[in-house]
Amino acid sequence: MTSKLRMVDAVRDALGDALSRDSSVIVYGEDVGVNGGVFRATEGLINEHPDQVFDSPLAEAGIVGLGIGLGACGLTPVPEIQFQSFLYQGFHHLQQHAARMRSRSRSTVTCPMTIRVPYGGGIHALEHHAESFEAGFAHISGVKVVVPSTPSNTKGLLTAAIRDPDPVVFMEPTRLYRSTPEDVPDGEHVVPLGESRTVQEGSDVTLIAWGTMLHKSLDAVKQVNASVEVIDPQTIWPLDMDPIVDSIRKTGRCVVVHEAPKTAGMGADIVARINDHALYSLEAPVERVTGYDVPVPFFAREDAYLPDPTRIAAGIERAHNS
Amino acid sequence: MPRETVASFDITYQEVLSSDGSVDEALYPSELSDAELRELYRHMKLARRLDERAIALQRRGELGTYAPSTGQEAAQVGSAMALREDDWFVPAFREQAAAIALGGAPRDVLLYAMGYEEGAEIPDELNALPPAIPVGSQPLHAAGIGWGESLKGTDRAAITYFGDGATSQGDVYEAMNFAGVYDAQTVFCCQNNQYAISTPRHVQTQAETLAQKAVAAGIESIQVDGNDVLGMYAATRDAIEKARQGNPVLIEALTYRQQMHTTSDDPSRYRSDVEEDEWLAKDPLIRYEAFLRNRGLLDDDAIDTIDDTIEAELEDAITAAKTAATTADPADMFHHVFAEMPASLRSQHAQFIGGEDSDE
Repeated sequence: MTSKLRMVDAVRDALGDALSRDSSVIVYGEDVGVNGGVFRATEGLINEHPDQVFDSPLAEAGIVGLGIGLGACGLTPVPEIQFQSFLYQGFHHLQQHAARMRSRSRSTVTCPMTIRVPYGGGIHALEHHAESFEAGFAHISGVKVVVPSTPSNTKGLLTAAIRDPDPVVFMEPTRLYRSTPEDVPDGEHVVPLGESRTVQEGSDVTLIAWGTMLHKSLDAVKQVNASVEVIDPQTIWPLDMDPIVDSIRKTGRCVVVHEAPKTAGMGADIVARINDHALYSLEAPVERVTGYDVPVPFFAREDAYLPDPTRIAAGIERAHNS
Repeated sequence: MPRETVASFDITYQEVLSSDGSVDEALYPSELSDAELRELYRHMKLARRLDERAIALQRRGELGTYAPSTGQEAAQVGSAMALREDDWFVPAFREQAAAIALGGAPRDVLLYAMGYEEGAEIPDELNALPPAIPVGSQPLHAAGIGWGESLKGTDRAAITYFGDGATSQGDVYEAMNFAGVYDAQTVFCCQNNQYAISTPRHVQTQAETLAQKAVAAGIESIQVDGNDVLGMYAATRDAIEKARQGNPVLIEALTYRQQMHTTSDDPSRYRSDVEEDEWLAKDPLIRYEAFLRNRGLLDDDAIDTIDDTIEAELEDAITAAKTAATTADPADMFHHVFAEMPASLRSQHAQFIGGEDSDE
């Protein structure tokens, strides 16, 4: 059985399912209770699970720090940080404690926390509401970083993240929350972490994109005169390189797309990994189509900053024709 | 509209065994047996002696940076002894005396200071987190544990230790505030040892007491003579009982860091001998030893026996720590990142141990 769900509904579905199955799951955060979250991703959960869903004081360091304690005493914290940029207020607990509780205690204390963060541009929100810091989170050893791209993999990946025994930053692309509904399996649905997904096959160019940029890229692919194989990593870290390497061995050309700034973005790391494993299969330099190395501008200039199908198509053409 | 007072507060100060040796019999924790009273003394003495041995080892290059708890033994041992076996201990990095009182091993303290994570392993029988270095961060973890135990329906409490400097961190306020909102079963034990490295208490805040930092969070607090082991025990016992009911408490323990901040620090740069001597006169061990002698619970022979067993225990601990250090495998660093090693880490691990030369 399936239901037609939007991404935001799939988040709610996964949370509801997790809360029902496992009484150790605790959902909390700013406005997630009575209000159902500012994006309504937790709508109604507090009524169905009043002992597991809690509105929290407005303090992101506290939200992340408390999760470390909840996890240490055997619970499964699933906090929401209202927007990704406000996770910086709790970043020290993520980096200094959550990520290294296992290593500093030699696995005698662990942190099974999943931090949900709406992220990314495209909804014309205020300053600090549009950033895409997946590379920064991926740089923290001991943290997993997941970015879903469809309602179905949102439910499956979030379920897997909540069940994962280690800390996960689960980045939900706000631009996709209310895009077209699709069939999502009812009940238990798990998409394992650490597995890339080939979205469409092709023979000329390999394109790697996640979150909102996956959909912009699929639009771009329709504009180019090339057969493009599109891969969605789903888990940004640990990154499953196998399908990417296999694809590049076939196509010899590659484009990486992300909305974060180019410098020290995940694209740079992916290019380095391609060099490790598939350099001699490359027939052209790997193209990166990314945000610019500027602070994400206010929303009036947001469209100028974010890669769009036109820029992505140009990147594909460069990779294809060079 | 007239002006009127809409909220007011006061801060209570408590001591049971005063520095002049007098005892407040009304507050005296009469439930402590003679054996327990002697145990308090032994824990304090062991912690003091552990510091001395550790500093000596550090000076010989056998130990890394070490933060002594000397002078704070009463604050730590007195409070820790008020915990139940299954309560949670959430320390900063100067809590060796409390750790010892809770059954922690000097070997682990030393191994940690030698730079091995093995020293921060939590034994199965202890509910604790490893020492937290980032100042003021761990009270939030204790608030989370205290909330979690409440959600689980247990009456376990969590106690967290931090210093006067930590109270300037926003996290400490957030921790008390969350604890209040969520009825967390948490006791916040602030050891006001007068210095954050070189920065004196009065530079941290204009607040008259640190105990009053609880007022804004809406939780109870008390100020205690932190060099009075019986007063600390009694105050923590009461605080823990409140915490078990979902009422978190902040304790401000007035004490003094007699030694350097860490072995890398030189206190003569920022404080006077006169000041240090004033606090030495209030040494918690001297005060408590006199109390036990007065009550006929301790004499020279008993002290000699205690000292001998402590020396033997520390010799064994040092040997055990050195042995553990020689057998620690550097490759272990790969094994405790995630529950399951991801492919890229497996590849780096293989490269490290000299297997396949694969790079992910």
